[in-house]
Amino acid sequence: MNLEIITDTTITSSAIYKDGTLFLANEEHLPFAQYCRKAYQLMEASYPKFFKMDNLCKLSFLTAELLLTENIGGALNGEKTAIILGNRSSSIISDQKHYESYVERENSFPSPAVFVYTLPNIMLGELCIRHQITGESSCFMMEDMDAAFLFHYVQDLLLNEGYEHCITGWVDFSPTEYGAELYLIGKRDKGEVKRPFGINFNQKV
Amino acid sequence: MEIFNIADHLISPLGCSAGQNFAMLKKSRTGISKITDDSLCPQTFYGAGYETHTVEQQVVFEGCEKYTFLERLFIYSIDAVLKAVGDIDKQRTVLVLSTTKGNIGLLNERKAKKYEGNRIELPVMARVVNDYFEMPHRPVVVSNACISGVSAILTAQKLIRLGLYDHAIVTGGDLLTEFVLTGFQSFMAISDAPCRPYDVARKGITLGEACATMFLTNNPGLVAKTEAFARVAGGGQANDANHISGPSRTGRGLRMAVSKALEGAKLQPGDIDYISGHGTATLYNDEMEAVAFNHLNMQDTPLNSLKGYFGHTLGAAGIVESIITIRQLNEGVLLGSHGYAEHGVTQPLNVLAENQESPNLRYGLKTISGFGGCNGAVIFEKA
Amino acid sequence: MRNLQEKLKGEIIELLNLEDLQPEDIGNDEPLFGSGVGLDSIDALELIVLLEREYGVKIENPEEGREVFNSINTIAAFIEKNRK
Repeated sequence: MNLEIITDTTITSSAIYKDGTLFLANEEHLPFAQYCRKAYQLMEASYPKFFKMDNLCKLSFLTAELLLTENIGGALNGEKTAIILGNRSSSIISDQKHYESYVERENSFPSPAVFVYTLPNIMLGELCIRHQITGESSCFMMEDMDAAFLFHYVQDLLLNEGYEHCITGWVDFSPTEYGAELYLIGKRDKGEVKRPFGINFNQKV
Repeated sequence: MEIFNIADHLISPLGCSAGQNFAMLKKSRTGISKITDDSLCPQTFYGAGYETHTVEQQVVFEGCEKYTFLERLFIYSIDAVLKAVGDIDKQRTVLVLSTTKGNIGLLNERKAKKYEGNRIELPVMARVVNDYFEMPHRPVVVSNACISGVSAILTAQKLIRLGLYDHAIVTGGDLLTEFVLTGFQSFMAISDAPCRPYDVARKGITLGEACATMFLTNNPGLVAKTEAFARVAGGGQANDANHISGPSRTGRGLRMAVSKALEGAKLQPGDIDYISGHGTATLYNDEMEAVAFNHLNMQDTPLNSLKGYFGHTLGAAGIVESIITIRQLNEGVLLGSHGYAEHGVTQPLNVLAENQESPNLRYGLKTISGFGGCNGAVIFEKA
Repeated sequence: MRNLQEKLKGEIIELLNLEDLQPEDIGNDEPLFGSGVGLDSIDALELIVLLEREYGVKIENPEEGREVFNSINTIAAFIEKNRK
């Protein structure tokens, strides 16, 4: 049994790539709010809940949306698919927003719609809902993307725990920067593995 | 490969060791009380909070002023477990840390300035704790909302099973903060009386705080505390894919997590002698669990929720409640579900109202569910 | 009352990020939850905060909110009745 990268998607503040091919360049250096709206429209995603999400969830949503295009996402068995992500900054953007809503006691109106996003694994929950994934969803906090850890974890899910597919990678949104890279990993019984899934899977060839 | 828990430590408002905590639980003592503390909330509320001054004096060690209160608790708890276990090969040991909000109090910049580095970041906080013990490997940090503690145990089990390590220190901690309190208040999820899991009069959660540590290893010969000795028989996790905060009406995710745990342990539902439920005492969570356990045909299995003793300790809950699960198996006593008097979910469940002597316990199941739709289950076997 | 209903529609669209909707898309009697506008439990909690912050009207428990938030008309009537 061989494990392979079926497809990958990267979003940085300057561009969006699908399998190394440019999908959208942020030539005007748009702030995230406009840039993500542009990407959303270009992906023709029709998902009103997107606009309720915080920036971390919007970023992971768009990355997964491009990763799981119709022909790929439709082929997943939700029960046999897991999502295992790395992240550094947790939900700091929403944390700060929630903090500001209660820190002045005389004007304290905490918002449940903000508070619900003050956990990093909510982005995994959103992806599970969107793509009907009901396997394990785990969020690991790391200072930078620990590909070796993710590799061992995901390999075990696929080889020993009966999973067929796994979405793995990195999504992070801090007050100063953001970026995401997601990989769809699958198994191959026969035929040539074009992109083997290995311990350095996030290194661009 | 068989993996065992061989030591434990737990610091909560009920005591500064797992033994002290368990002794209090057997006496039906709860850590929940009326709290009047303006730094947390202008109104009085119910919570399971540390007597901060007492605990601060407890978690004192050389150089402790460089660490936040939560970091000191982690260090204190891990240190106690390491002292119990004795000499271990750190090269073959990993620290797995579970938390939801970590040092969230450092959103206050004045407080943040007192500590070196960006300690509000969870992996930075974990590195600081890891470095204190001169652990050579990167710590693994799990943040899966309320199920984080069970996720951490299952991650540690996996890392040992894969042969990457022989031992894992599994620690979980969260504090009762204004951040979390105001958030759950905005969700109208906080009970105005001590929480009453599975009871007809339940009105929501009571928040708590705790820090707890387990020590998993592939070498049962190292057993340090017989009260904590158990085999990790199986585990599973699954997502509801239904709503980011509301429990699923069908309990499907929890059902799948428990089924995976049973499958991994090669057990049938009827083999389980005891369930430590999540039992937060919100209307919908407890109802969801009842639906799930009935689907699994586990409605007759003795069950309790420990939230009536500890409150909801968030990222610590899975570890706190696993420690108490194991101690119940080993002592042959099941605890009454504190706050439960009259059955309040629509499906039958065997909720224990009183402590029960049960000398022949073998398998205990700990279940847990959280925001983001995640569910976890882990099965322990008395070793 | 009419002005209140229009104001509420604008506030709800902005507060709940109902990107695809204009005030005229929401009927005064249209159900806001379930099949109609499609709000969910977090939206309901958010509306409770809105009523308290903007109108000084308190809803003590989410079950009560369920009836109040049936439609724009029921919200407007609740505000009119309870506003000091």
